[in-house]
Amino acid sequence: MNSIFIVAWKEFRDDFRNRWTVALTVMFALLALGIAWFGSAAAGRVGFTSFDATLASLTTLGAFVIPLIGLLIAYDTIVGERDDGTLLLMLSYPLARGQLVAGKFLGHCGALAAATLAGFGLAVAIMQLMQPPTQTLQAWLHIGRFILSASLLGACFVGLACLISVQTADKSRAAGLALIGWLASVVLFDLALLALLVVSGGNPVERAVYPYLLLLNPVDVFRLVNLTALGDGAGNDLLTGMTAHHAYSPALLCLVLLGWAVAPFAWAMLAFRRKEI
Amino acid sequence: MNHAIEFEALTKRYDTLGALDGVSACVPRGRVLGLLGHNGAGKSTLIKLILGLIAPSGGRLDVLGQSPWRAHALRRRIGYLPESATFYANLSGRELLDYLARLKQAPRGQAQALLERVGLAHAADRRIGTYSKGMRQRLGLAQALLGSPELVLLDEPTTGLDPQATRELYRIVGELRADGRCVLVSSHLLAELEPHIDGALILRQGKLLAAGSLAALSEQAALPAHMLLRPHENAGAELMTQLAARGLAAQSRPDGRLELQVPREAKLRTLRELLANPAIADLDVREPTLAQLYDWLGAGPQPATEARA
Repeated sequence: MNSIFIVAWKEFRDDFRNRWTVALTVMFALLALGIAWFGSAAAGRVGFTSFDATLASLTTLGAFVIPLIGLLIAYDTIVGERDDGTLLLMLSYPLARGQLVAGKFLGHCGALAAATLAGFGLAVAIMQLMQPPTQTLQAWLHIGRFILSASLLGACFVGLACLISVQTADKSRAAGLALIGWLASVVLFDLALLALLVVSGGNPVERAVYPYLLLLNPVDVFRLVNLTALGDGAGNDLLTGMTAHHAYSPALLCLVLLGWAVAPFAWAMLAFRRKEI
Repeated sequence: MNHAIEFEALTKRYDTLGALDGVSACVPRGRVLGLLGHNGAGKSTLIKLILGLIAPSGGRLDVLGQSPWRAHALRRRIGYLPESATFYANLSGRELLDYLARLKQAPRGQAQALLERVGLAHAADRRIGTYSKGMRQRLGLAQALLGSPELVLLDEPTTGLDPQATRELYRIVGELRADGRCVLVSSHLLAELEPHIDGALILRQGKLLAAGSLAALSEQAALPAHMLLRPHENAGAELMTQLAARGLAAQSRPDGRLELQVPREAKLRTLRELLANPAIADLDVREPTLAQLYDWLGAGPQPATEARA
């Protein structure tokens, strides 16, 4: 167990040292503030308006950006060491292969969570400072849920990145697979669902199955966690409308996200244990 | 338990490709052994097996008294310098050693002491990315010594080292031997390796050609000694006929010297006779080298001999 934390701490510090963490923090903060300020530009105004609307926009954006970052931060975590010749060195130390993967996974997840917390936390703090009426417990709960679910979403894709990293033979192939993974989960999955819906014409069976299909993709689970909590009018009415009869509790959705974070990571650990070095 | 490594009929196959084919040998503690062989002879496979990174396909392997496959705790007692390791370019030498020392549960102050021992104390806080190849190699040696391992595996440790650093490395290897630790050095630089090892394991195409002390191996190979004779001026032709009369076929070399190949058992007798010969101005005896031994073992289409240590 101790070895896992030693590796995790090293990876966490590496991400910090490579300016990943700082760059992400700044990016998240700027995105959040930008959306808050210009979010209602379409309505002919600039300036902070509805806090919920900002959060809804952030959710849509986060669903695109966070998976990509999770994949980018960790896709080379094992295969990169193999390319550099340090993998054999690490494995000659008294730690199990699973511990190495677990440490790397936790370290990268930690770095991503820290950036999410710092970036969005900072942005929200600024918004609240400039908009005293939004200083409610409700708002903080929403933002807390957003940060937690965003961190979990990041962990899902860090886990997927670990799996890709374990299974590929070189870095460039890993990068390619990571991009395909991003495209599939963020764009293609939703397109396929939409196509399914249009083709079936929304028959009762389809309507019954649809909410469960959403659970198959962590990106959609992330959207559900945040958008259903915000309620009507906040953003994606299509999504909330489709799942109106299936109001999942946020806790359950977070558990599903956690499952999606653990599954690819556990697979990566198992695969790495079996791998011929 | 007086053997550091013991293996019997050890076999490793990757899919259908055989990497090691029924090798058996013992490596005693307190010895420095060379692990020799061409590329693809099975050296890396043997090292990975000893480290417990891959599972043997057959046979028995004991390292420090236990089977190494997935024995993580055992690796605390083994040090390993991988071939041409690059390490983490963005860490400093000290940070790397501190990190690895924590993983190996080595004493706190050991990293600093090792940096001084390999002569890297002045560069300890520089990024490894700025190190020369020789410095990285010395850093690699330092990490292999973390936790005072009983068994040290060095894979091509002197590639990229200058002669001074090479001497330093072998001095440390000598210290390890004096400490009663076992060192296994894999290298292609046979002439450089020869004075520093007590014995050798010689692999060829996954089979063990020979194992044992250098003296025993050259005894067994019975390679002839080479003698170089410098005759007095104009005595060369005469000396040649004299030698031919004794059944010694000498070849003249471009520098005017005569080269003789003398079988081991006739060496001393021949030497006495030659010393008494007034036609000879100078004489040079060359014992068979490790490189010649290696060629002799590997030259034939069939493995010439199988031996146990």
